[in-house]
Amino acid sequence: MAKKETLPRQPMPEQPPEERIKNFKEVPLGYTPELAMKEASRCLQCKNPSCVKGCPVGVDIPGFIRLIREGEFAKAIRKIWEKNSLPAICGRVCPQENQCEGSCVLGKKGKPVAIGNLERFAADWEREHGTGELPPKAAPTGKKVAVVGSGPSGLTVAGDLILKGHEVTVYEAFHKGGGVLVYGIPEFRLPKDIVASELNYLERLGVKFEYNIVIGRTITVDELFKMGYDAIFIGVGAGLPRFLGIPGENLVGVYSANEYLTRSNLMKAYLFPEYDTPIAKGKNVVVIGAGNVAMDSARTALRMGAENVTIVYRRSREEMPARLAEIHHAEEEGIKFMLLTNPLRFIGDAHGRLRGMECIKMELGEPDESGRRRPIPVEGSNFEIECDLAIISVGAGANPLLAKNTPGLKLNKWGYIMVDPKTNKTYKKGVWAGGDIVTGQATVIKAAGAGRIASNSIHDYLTLGW
Amino acid sequence: MFEILRREELAGGTIILNEISAPFIAKKAKPGQFVILRATENGERIPLTMAETDPEKGTITIIYQVVGKSTALFKTLKVGDRYLDVVGPLGKPTEIEKVDGHVVCVGGGTGVAVLHPITRALKEIGNHVVAVIGARTKDMIILEDKMKEASHELFVCTDDGSYGHHGFVTDVLKDLIEKRDVRLVVTIGPVPMMKVACEITRPHKIKTIVSLNPIMVDGTGMCGCCRVNVGGETKFACVDGPEFDGHLVDFDELSARLKSYVEQEKIAYEKFKCECHA
Ligand SMILES: Cc1cc2nc3c(=O)[nH]c(=O)nc-3n(C[C@H](O)[C@H](O)[C@H](O)COP(=O)(O)OP(=O)(O)OC[C@H]3O[C@@H](n4cnc5c(N)ncnc54)[C@H](O)[C@@H]3O)c2cc1C
Ligand code: SF4
Ligand code: FES
Repeated sequence: MAKKETLPRQPMPEQPPEERIKNFKEVPLGYTPELAMKEASRCLQCKNPSCVKGCPVGVDIPGFIRLIREGEFAKAIRKIWEKNSLPAICGRVCPQENQCEGSCVLGKKGKPVAIGNLERFAADWEREHGTGELPPKAAPTGKKVAVVGSGPSGLTVAGDLILKGHEVTVYEAFHKGGGVLVYGIPEFRLPKDIVASELNYLERLGVKFEYNIVIGRTITVDELFKMGYDAIFIGVGAGLPRFLGIPGENLVGVYSANEYLTRSNLMKAYLFPEYDTPIAKGKNVVVIGAGNVAMDSARTALRMGAENVTIVYRRSREEMPARLAEIHHAEEEGIKFMLLTNPLRFIGDAHGRLRGMECIKMELGEPDESGRRRPIPVEGSNFEIECDLAIISVGAGANPLLAKNTPGLKLNKWGYIMVDPKTNKTYKKGVWAGGDIVTGQATVIKAAGAGRIASNSIHDYLTLGW
Repeated sequence: MFEILRREELAGGTIILNEISAPFIAKKAKPGQFVILRATENGERIPLTMAETDPEKGTITIIYQVVGKSTALFKTLKVGDRYLDVVGPLGKPTEIEKVDGHVVCVGGGTGVAVLHPITRALKEIGNHVVAVIGARTKDMIILEDKMKEASHELFVCTDDGSYGHHGFVTDVLKDLIEKRDVRLVVTIGPVPMMKVACEITRPHKIKTIVSLNPIMVDGTGMCGCCRVNVGGETKFACVDGPEFDGHLVDFDELSARLKSYVEQEKIAYEKFKCECHA
């Protein structure tokens, strides 16, 4: 026992910062089997594991870790799959420090077990060494399900229901599947091959993907029912960029993070001119916001050749919502942090192009509704910074396009779809929803978890009734 | 899907017409709406407003001018070839209203292709429609016969006087406003043309609709790339437009934003031309 406790948390090998800022390849390189088994041996195998309570989908964490320790990698991944259909992705992008690792007992005195790294290891091992054998599928039920949106929530619903014998078709507005996983999160954090392999797995199970179809425009939800679908899941994400509403926001050189990242990731603008889609290359780049999206934008701009990249955030370090690992990586790479600073306006040149930003210093006051201390401007502390590219990443809202064309749904005051949280049923018969379009921008695992709740309920509906 | 069933070269091969098989889109599309197309895996997403749709045949027609790499690439597609991706119909359809006086539809360049279905619809609901179309020179005039059919009267203009009225479409518009009871103007074409048309109608308080073509990515309101300033408010052209009240549009901002990628566009086009010659 004592020996186990003294074994330090095994770090994952990474590309060194000075090298990786010149490429878009993944930063952490993954555990070797030896490292994974060593790290797995740190787990105390608690009887009443607190890590599982911290996991939004309740993965049997000690269970899969024990299998890794025993070298039973194929069994380990199957253990994870029982609760989480996207472990290769979650192992890379989950905010483990607020979830499983944040609750691990070892974290009280020392460092928690590297649960995320181990999850990633098991999934990567399966992808590289597994037999590729498909799980057994239930006999066909003759029921048809349409899934709208191919993000983590939609993919989870599709994977669950195809195994239960239903026919599943995923409708996606973009020309490629994966949702935020392909258009938002960059290659250096989540290689697109991994997303492709998840989609490929679903296709091999028999899920049909229909791209370039905007539900609510090309086909409406009610028309899907007329086409013979028995149940519909809506997982369209929170696809509406928020802007700051300050002067100069439409200058050339001011981007929403959604646009900047979509150009770079989905359209592969970082490979211009091999790929046709262009993207601005900034010399002095500011990124407004401090979530994962902001870190992704900042690190992309750096890899695009920027000389200076600065995160501008109106609160302090403690309130930064990004994963710890991303903040750490960003700092290592030389991203600057200008905290307690709020932009007031963008300044343009005679051609309508961005050349600077006026900011004001902030200080923290009393806690606000979110429980975080409210930032208040410091009178007279205005100053200007030079920038030729600004990326606004202060969150996303509900895109109204589908809801506007779908009578029968109920929306809350922010435009998110209202559901019964036990089943994820919407107010419209035969229609379920989950993921960011219900909760607002959250996490991959929460979206996948919402998909799992919906798929169980859809299966009950198709076999037992509403 | 997305097979090219008909291809025509207009204006001496600088403007191309493609009729594309896209049954779902054809069934839904209304005048004024657009699609986003991509020809190859490494291609860009290009928005184009539909010039025609045939729900029975399941086809849509686009008419585009070759202006850069992507449209030059589109031009190489032959009958039987396919677009890789076509998504739509996107944007709000034109509001076709019956007004008390005359309606003037003013189109320049390939804007005429977009204007045509709108002109026809405005005539069909009982308006007296006067159409004014123009181009730099005679060979660049497109859809003259169709516009004649879609309107009650047609004026054709060329900048160099090689055909029809010698001058700009906006000169004819000015003239018409002086002589007739014009109550609605719809103008679609290059930004400077739309801007001038709006300046002409503004003092007369004549409602003026423009169709904007900012740079876009997704076309569903997800990225904000297409934002335009309309009456001091930021609108997304892909979902709130593409048509707006021309008197409220900040055309200078639109022009600046349209030039966001001039450098890159040049690089891409040059590279394409080299590859084509090689
Ligand atoms: C840049 C970025 C970084 C992030 N980093 C992390 C991270 O590190 N960790 C983490 O846990 N979470 C992260 N998130 C959040 C996470 O990605 C989302 O919470 C999650 O992807 C939501 O999944 P979803 O299934 O609800 O929808 P999405 O992933 O948003 O997918 C929705 C899909 O639906 C499609 N769609 C939309 N409308 C329609 C329509 N009308 N018809 C058809 N299809 C439609 C969209 O094109 C899209 O493909 C990040 C988000 C972003 C943007
Ligand atoms: S809380 Fe930590 S030590 Fe306990 S089972 Fe979970 S991972 Fe292992
Ligand atoms: S093109 Fe992305 S929001 Fe309009």
